[in-house]
Amino acid sequence: MLLAVITIAAIALFAGLALTYAWRRLPPAESDLVEQVNEVLPQTQCGQCGFPGCRPFAQAVVDGTAAINLCPPGGEDTVRRLAEMLGRPVLPLAEHVEPAVAIIDESSCIGCLHCRNACPVDAIVGAHQLMHTVIESECTGCELCVAPCPVDCISMRPLQ
Amino acid sequence: MSAPTYDLGKLHGGLRLPAHKQQSTSIPLKVAPIPTQLYLPITQHVGKPAQPIVTTGERVLKGQTIAEPDGEMGAPVHASSSGTIVGIEQWPVSGRYGDTAPCIVIDCDGKDEAMPRTTVADYRTQEPAEVLLRILDGGIVGLGGAVFPTAQKLMQARTLETEHLILNGVECEPYISCDDVLMRERAADILSGAQILMHALRIDVCYVVVESDTPEALHSLGEALAELDDDRIVLKQVPTIYPSGGEDQLVQLVTNRQVPSGGLPTDVGCLVQNVGTAAAVHDWIVRNEPLISRITTVTGDGVNNPMNVHARIGTTVGDIVEFAGGYNENAEHLFIGGPLTGKSVSTDRVPVVKASNCILAVFKSSFAGRELPCIRCGDCAAVCPVQLLPQQLFWYACADNEQKLREFGLLDCIECGCCDLVCPSHIPLTADFRVAKGRIRELADEKARAERARQRFEARNERLEKQQREREEELARQKQSAKQAGPEAIAEILKRKKQQSEDD
Repeated sequence: MLLAVITIAAIALFAGLALTYAWRRLPPAESDLVEQVNEVLPQTQCGQCGFPGCRPFAQAVVDGTAAINLCPPGGEDTVRRLAEMLGRPVLPLAEHVEPAVAIIDESSCIGCLHCRNACPVDAIVGAHQLMHTVIESECTGCELCVAPCPVDCISMRPLQ
Repeated sequence: MSAPTYDLGKLHGGLRLPAHKQQSTSIPLKVAPIPTQLYLPITQHVGKPAQPIVTTGERVLKGQTIAEPDGEMGAPVHASSSGTIVGIEQWPVSGRYGDTAPCIVIDCDGKDEAMPRTTVADYRTQEPAEVLLRILDGGIVGLGGAVFPTAQKLMQARTLETEHLILNGVECEPYISCDDVLMRERAADILSGAQILMHALRIDVCYVVVESDTPEALHSLGEALAELDDDRIVLKQVPTIYPSGGEDQLVQLVTNRQVPSGGLPTDVGCLVQNVGTAAAVHDWIVRNEPLISRITTVTGDGVNNPMNVHARIGTTVGDIVEFAGGYNENAEHLFIGGPLTGKSVSTDRVPVVKASNCILAVFKSSFAGRELPCIRCGDCAAVCPVQLLPQQLFWYACADNEQKLREFGLLDCIECGCCDLVCPSHIPLTADFRVAKGRIRELADEKARAERARQRFEARNERLEKQQREREEELARQKQSAKQAGPEAIAEILKRKKQQSEDD
């Protein structure tokens, strides 16, 4: 009787310790990891990494097809955190960008909707043949609206 | 006079510091003259800046509201004297929100003409909620230095079960003596303010707490209390240890209850108000005078006649130092606030605001020392009143490790500066912690921003997908209906079209 109790207690203890160790040390499931990586990214959805948005880049980083230093808006902080999270060496940032917001020169705007359609976070408001403007608090500074503008009335203003 | 009672709780750490208070308390309180110009910042409280409701060229009277609170959290600003508004402009201030801030500038006419007095109803006949609303209009904020709007603090406390009102007369930081002088000169008004606060909160216990090194204040409070004969108010005396005047520390000392990490004194049933705030509440509710003046200590080795001055809010520091005999050759460094928690300013053009309890001009080398590496002696942990581990926090602050900083309770740091003082390596720990706290807040903001951007991006993708799907479905439906109709229908349509063109 006593032996049985001790044996079962020992098995339970061993299983408990093993599970705790596994939980602490083993890498989490891949989809969780993608979510975690995605959370570290700045969510500018700018595509400067060569992927269509932050989540696809997170997936590529976890898959190992993308380097961790490709996110310019995230800066060195993001590279460091990714390196820490994934156990990879810290790389210098491939390209530097200063945080900025887009500004539309409203007197030149012709209301063509091209920039509004390009904005990944719906931060531009306006209607056909009416003036457009940027919602500054929502702009991530991704610069995707600059190129499509046919009259070049969008500029980037650096943030202090 | 009720007998002083000693502390129940015990404070961890803390320091006995040279008080330097006699310098300013040896001369009785003096009233500063009304300056030629007043500079009234629109942010003198926690919350959004108040919105100016006056225009340039307008004549205002003493006590007139010139800026109203914007949103739920805030306090109005009143004109400190009568005169003409000459502008609303950026002016140097000593605040945590930068070196300059928008100020309403008043050219005083020297007549000091007050608003016509409205007859005030006795607060005892009013409902507590009404009294709270009146306090809101008085522009009263916490005068201990935190400048949290008093009305909002009281309203928060009212929704919770608050048992004790604690009036904080513990002015533990060296040099500052404005509360001491206030208690000596206006003890009856403070107690009257306490009664108003108790009425507004329906609380029946009030502790008025003073330090053991302010016997004159205790004496005059005792006399005033004997005259008032209110047994709900109890005087308490606590030992002179810095920083026992901190809100959470005082609660611990007086009630032996510990305010939880990240919590407020109301979590343990206490509400702490500065004695100056209580006097301001009395002035507004009983005498109908809003918060337009305060007592401020002008002191330090760099001032010729250190003293306490009753000054109008908006008077420049330079004017007040001038009134106190001007600077001498020792004045190298100017602080607004005490030597430990104050802010050093580069110009004396900054105005005295509701938060300014002290103007301190000192010789620079009084506090400085060359910074050396941390030797991990642990002296800082021994004196920390919040029981943090400053040496660990310093480590993580250097490494910018946000998670560890949070784990080790950086956000509970009250920035008292005890660790700085005892550090044998002269590391400016408090300054580092302030920066690290700012950094944590910055990161949290960034995170919230990223999260919002992600949500907007996902919502947009969903919308685009839905539009695409709908377009495809529509196309498929049209194709289907064309197929169903068959070749006869098409032939018929073509025939009709042909007929139409022939008719034309």
